[in-house]
Amino acid sequence: MREFDYRRADDVSGAVALLGADPDARYLGGGTNLVDLMKTGVERPARIVDVRALPLDRIEPAGDGGLRIGATVTNSDLAAHPGVRDRYPALTQAVLAGASGQLRNMATVGGNLLQRTRCGYFTDVTKPCNKRAPGSGCPAVEGEHRNHAVLGASEHCVAVHPSDMGVALTAFDAVVSYETADGPGELPLADFYLPVGDTPHRETALPPGALITGVTLPPAPVAARSRYRKVRERASYAFAIGSVAGALDVSGGVVRDVRLALGAVASRPWRARAAERVLTGAPATAEYFAAAADAELAAARPLPDNGHKVTLMRNLVVSVLSELAEEAAR
Amino acid sequence: MAPSTSSTVTLNINGEKHTLSVDHRTTLLDALRERLDLTGTKKGCDQGQCGACTVLVDGRRTVSCLQLAVASQEREITTVEGLAEGERLHPVQRAFLDLDGFQCGYCTPGQICSAVAVIEEHAAGWPSAVTEDVRPEAGPPPLTPEEIRERMSGNLCRCGAYGQIVQAVARAAAAGTPTEGAAA
Repeated sequence: MREFDYRRADDVSGAVALLGADPDARYLGGGTNLVDLMKTGVERPARIVDVRALPLDRIEPAGDGGLRIGATVTNSDLAAHPGVRDRYPALTQAVLAGASGQLRNMATVGGNLLQRTRCGYFTDVTKPCNKRAPGSGCPAVEGEHRNHAVLGASEHCVAVHPSDMGVALTAFDAVVSYETADGPGELPLADFYLPVGDTPHRETALPPGALITGVTLPPAPVAARSRYRKVRERASYAFAIGSVAGALDVSGGVVRDVRLALGAVASRPWRARAAERVLTGAPATAEYFAAAADAELAAARPLPDNGHKVTLMRNLVVSVLSELAEEAAR
Repeated sequence: MAPSTSSTVTLNINGEKHTLSVDHRTTLLDALRERLDLTGTKKGCDQGQCGACTVLVDGRRTVSCLQLAVASQEREITTVEGLAEGERLHPVQRAFLDLDGFQCGYCTPGQICSAVAVIEEHAAGWPSAVTEDVRPEAGPPPLTPEEIRERMSGNLCRCGAYGQIVQAVARAAAAGTPTEGAAA
């Protein structure tokens, strides 16, 4: 590991000043991803600014039933929060589906959004990777890509975003707040991650040196009936092969409101807006749920070894929506 | 301030303060084992995946291999050496012994620290990934073997002593829960 300077920030503006938009410096939250990547040499910061002790560890009410979640709230505290469990249960389920109890105690909300892909080529510094070393190539396109992207990828990178939390936050229209030396800013999560294109090393629309300060969940009555379903290669403690965050409001057998986001299929949590358009105002039946999934997955471009993901996602969408509809009918 | 790659830190471990100079790259795990001779905490994968290095930081279970020592100041750290009260073992330690919750023992300190926290997290009403209904009005789920397996999934045991580990956690949890009769 490269040697590094370490500074602890006491307040948000101090943290931003200590980082100084230096491309060789990194904010440290829980460290569950950054420290690991520093050990493997993927990340080689010269300076660490520890933001864990900043006063951003609260979850507070925000406008008409929404929630504002501080950036240093741990995954554990987010998942256990009564307001989240009550109003956005799929968010609690998504957080609990990720990592282990130990890692959830350490990991923070801000860090979760900025965690890096677990693509084996990205994490192995002896291999080419356009995300880690721009222009070096993407061995995954013709190599090991069983768990790689089927939506929104490019020939330059087919890695997927690993977050479970982010899938639920995307379904619920979360907005990311950040601070820079020039003042605060906001980005809807839908615009937070950049398209892959030929710049897979540029992952977010955050300005240089920006510090995430929190995430705001707008009020969403539909989210009270929501679910997160994750498929993985073992029963627990593994990254997703595919996941779905869904919320459904049905009355008189007709879909009044729906939220749907897919995980582990793209470089970012994938909001399934095409599916939502098909469903809004449609009968809440398995036939329409399947049509909605097909509408979303029409854009899928699977690789030779991950075509199963398209089938998997279709089945996941139909089963999650069917369960929500059954629950609504009870 | 000129850049520096090491710092003098004071770590509060098992109620005792230790002041030492650490290279910033030092993890809490390496500080415990290599600098403070607290070798109960074990190094397994060193990548946050196996749970052998689990300790409690401010009462919360944490993998010490991904926690920098320099970032561990002003926090209360409890290792497996700090669980017993003198000669009296912690109920989780007692249960692991009584029910053979280990074979080679290498993962055991991490399993035990994790289990201590699992029992507290459950008592605090935290749901898990296998909890059917996470809404607060559903109340805390019973600590079934399925719940224990999910909550302990961050601790791997290559000997495969999981069956007895689950039983040990269940017994320690039950021992710490006063029955109605005991409470009356």
